[in-house]
Amino acid sequence: MNQLITIRNLLIRRNHRDALRVEELDIPRGETLAVVGPNGAGKSTLLLSLAHLLKPAKGEVKYDGKHLREWDDLEYRRKIAFVFQDPLLMDMTVEENVALGLKFRGVDKSEARLRAETWMKAMGVDSLAKRRAGQLSGGEAQRVSLARAFVLDPELLLMDEPFSAVDPQTRGQLLKDLSELLAHEHRTTIFVTHNLREAAQMGDRVAVVIGGELKQVGKPNQIKEYPVDDLVESFLQDF
Amino acid sequence: MTDIFEITALSLQVSTIATLISLVIGLPFGTWLALGDFRGRSFILSVVNTGMALPPVVVGLVVAMTLWRSGPLGGLKLIYTPWAIIIAQTVISAPVVTGLTAAALAALDPRLQQQLLGLGASRLQMILMLWREARLPLLAALMAGFGSVISEVGASMMVGGNIRGQTRVLTTAIVLETSKGEFERALALSALLLIITYLINLALTWVQQKGQKR
Repeated sequence: MNQLITIRNLLIRRNHRDALRVEELDIPRGETLAVVGPNGAGKSTLLLSLAHLLKPAKGEVKYDGKHLREWDDLEYRRKIAFVFQDPLLMDMTVEENVALGLKFRGVDKSEARLRAETWMKAMGVDSLAKRRAGQLSGGEAQRVSLARAFVLDPELLLMDEPFSAVDPQTRGQLLKDLSELLAHEHRTTIFVTHNLREAAQMGDRVAVVIGGELKQVGKPNQIKEYPVDDLVESFLQDF
Repeated sequence: MTDIFEITALSLQVSTIATLISLVIGLPFGTWLALGDFRGRSFILSVVNTGMALPPVVVGLVVAMTLWRSGPLGGLKLIYTPWAIIIAQTVISAPVVTGLTAAALAALDPRLQQQLLGLGASRLQMILMLWREARLPLLAALMAGFGSVISEVGASMMVGGNIRGQTRVLTTAIVLETSKGEFERALALSALLLIITYLINLALTWVQQKGQKR
């Protein structure tokens, strides 16, 4: 099956109001889908529902051809990795943080250390292995958070504005490193951002979410040339 | 002198057991209150918070009535035994440990739960990690729980009866010595109680500080 995720007529409600509607969305394996939209549009809600941390009020989300509600919760969550806007590191060393998800999965200690070392190197934080999370800069902490996700070798990587809390210079470098890594890895990734340029740089396709609704999905140029309505057009004009 | 050793040992024994039982009750209950999303949560929290300020004499009265020969648990014959004091002290310290556990976990970033689940933690693994993350305030909860019972006198007096060699603890001994006009002995016992409390808190503070510096 080529599609890893299929969404039909999805409605997510949060705090007693409609937070997100997605009529139709298919995400093939190996694709990086960049989800873009203004703040509060429902982008994070989409990620949380894909992580099955928010349950749909209506509609269906299928992963690998099977409804999310039919998946065992823990089994499903161990197929994915989630990177949040803030690194949300635990009060432990960098090495321990990177190996945390492996520890949850009961991976043997020596194997976990090896895998953690590989990804700390790939993210350029291997020299910080013994440092505690509280002693890291914003950029370093976010690199650790990326290593912590990649080390799990997830089938699906969900990233919620992972670089919005770091300074512009570090952000540019992190984006470059991540886009190279994703191009090399061909891992199915959903990358949320409110910046269209970032979305175009990261995504094979771009999904535009405005006002709690998935408006349009397509190649970045396609969307710019043929916005589906005035709301999308006016959002794109800001870039 | 042996008398003082006996009294001190019993004080430490009952208060430690009561605190440990409170921990076994308060840690999971406080966690459930902090992380749960259910109807009546605020009400239960307010009851627990009120329980944190329960007057020991009131607890003593209720526990004494319950354990009294004609009371509902009179058949257990626990009144005027160290277990009666342990029960009363548990009633005093369990809300303290519960309330402070709930407060410690509620102070953590709420997204931490989602992050841990998003990394593949089971519910139990998530809770253990949250406890680890809040270990310093949780230790403070333990200290407060112990502090609330080692120094109380009302409940111990009412349910223990201050029987020499059986249920006499430091605080009830101080009351007795004062009532007899034996102020020197009362002062010496008070100093001993303060030193013990100080040493235990010093040890826990040291553990706490060590945790902070890591």
